Amino acid sequence: MLEITDLHATVADKPILKGLTLTVPAGEVHAIMGPNGAGKSTLSYVLGGRPGYEVTSGSVRFTPPPFASSEVETPRATPLDFARDERGYVDLLELEPHERAAAGLFIGFQYPVEIPGVSNVQFLREALNAQRKARGEEPLSGGEFLKLAKEKAALLKLNMDMLKRPVNVGFSGGEKKRAEMVQMGILDPKFAVLDETDSGLDIDALKVVGKGINAIMRAPDKAVLLITHYQRLLDYVKPDRVHVLADGRIVQSGGPDLALRLENEGYDAVMAA
Amino acid sequence: MTAARPTLKDESWRYADGAWLAQAPVEAFDHWGTVDVPPGETRHFNAFHHSGPQASGGSVHRTRIHVGAGGRYEHFEINARHVEYTRIELEVTLEEGAHFEFGGVTIGRANARQEFVTRVIHKAPNATSNQIVRAVQAGQSTSNYLGRIEVARDAQKTDAAQNFRAILLNRGASANAKPELEIFADDVKCAHGAAIGQLDQAAAYYMAARGIPPEAARKLLVQAFIADALAVIEDRRIADRMLERALEQLDGSAL
Repeated sequence: MLEITDLHATVADKPILKGLTLTVPAGEVHAIMGPNGAGKSTLSYVLGGRPGYEVTSGSVRFTPPPFASSEVETPRATPLDFARDERGYVDLLELEPHERAAAGLFIGFQYPVEIPGVSNVQFLREALNAQRKARGEEPLSGGEFLKLAKEKAALLKLNMDMLKRPVNVGFSGGEKKRAEMVQMGILDPKFAVLDETDSGLDIDALKVVGKGINAIMRAPDKAVLLITHYQRLLDYVKPDRVHVLADGRIVQSGGPDLALRLENEGYDAVMAA
Repeated sequence: MTAARPTLKDESWRYADGAWLAQAPVEAFDHWGTVDVPPGETRHFNAFHHSGPQASGGSVHRTRIHVGAGGRYEHFEINARHVEYTRIELEVTLEEGAHFEFGGVTIGRANARQEFVTRVIHKAPNATSNQIVRAVQAGQSTSNYLGRIEVARDAQKTDAAQNFRAILLNRGASANAKPELEIFADDVKCAHGAAIGQLDQAAAYYMAARGIPPEAARKLLVQAFIADALAVIEDRRIADRMLERALEQLDGSAL
């Protein structure tokens, strides 16, 4: 579903990713762990198309699902009529950030941004309908949207009143992370990159968020890339594969037990073995 | 008294359009409207101005407002005229316990020079005033806010606030703020603030990451920004309509 091949990227001319190769098939959850400064967050920023992160070589291929626009008899030209290769993959790096979202990519932010004056409800309805429009789907009405928002807020145990407040303004660290997962539930992406979604969460919130990720993203046609420092989120969201990212590359891959070994022995010991 | 033609050397005209001042008919400067709010009553004023693509020239609107004891005057005005020069000036005198609420918005493009000039005179005790001005400037346009607050010697317990913020959408746009406080009483609260910046790029990227295209993201951010100035309008239908018309000015290639 996502194929990253020999990816090199720089930030302010400093090389951070140095030949990262990684494949995440549909239906799987992969975890990326690694020491500070390894390039974990840079990977998520590059996938999201954040300004300032420059890809110098390599490729990222992604399979968005077929869109409504390509199923109707006379296909409408939508902003998402990208060139797909014979396997149905598109070149993710060619897309603008908002097109990546419409194609089914969701980036969970390590530091969700506050937007004073714009309510979560307005923000998310605008976002969902912009994505739907890009895919050639009908927009959701206000009523339909609120029903969906209520359902996802309940799943993440986030008070609906919080969704009426400005985006992330005055939210605690844990509330921001739960609000991110509510966003993910509403937008219903195909591929989620979650960057330290567990940071700032207490144990109960961690459980709720873990359950939420499973409920929203565990499906045969979806996949997740979890970026984390700690094993504890992986107790709730069981990864199919665990990768160690160090110095801009994947240096080791394994099953769920690799995360436990890293937790017990540390990166240096595992990587030296 | 015959009016004199102001020049840029006059402190309260220092950011004006000098070329327009030099050639405008002198009567243009001495035309004052008046509003008298009787004691204990409330008056509202809401206005939205824009100009057609071919319009040019300048205008000066000056209004003297007197608010009687315990009265309330609420003035909300959006200036989206993009002619060379527009100046909207309010001189407000507050009697005991009166309140003045002002929300001003400029939306500028091309080489428009748009000014709000307020002079609020707290003449008697316990009067309050709150002024919020927001500027969204594109092209080579300029927004100026000159806000003067005067507190008379016996106007104790005055509570006056003014706040100006500008967003510059293009490199050539500019904004000037000139707050002035003249306080002769000792038990007063006066607050003023000014900030000039650009559209929040982190917020714009966050919106893009959720699927909102750049133009729509910019509109949402501008809406949130100018909504501050209209927050106190009680009739939300009027506020929404004003906001909507302001945002229309940002549509397509308008800016």
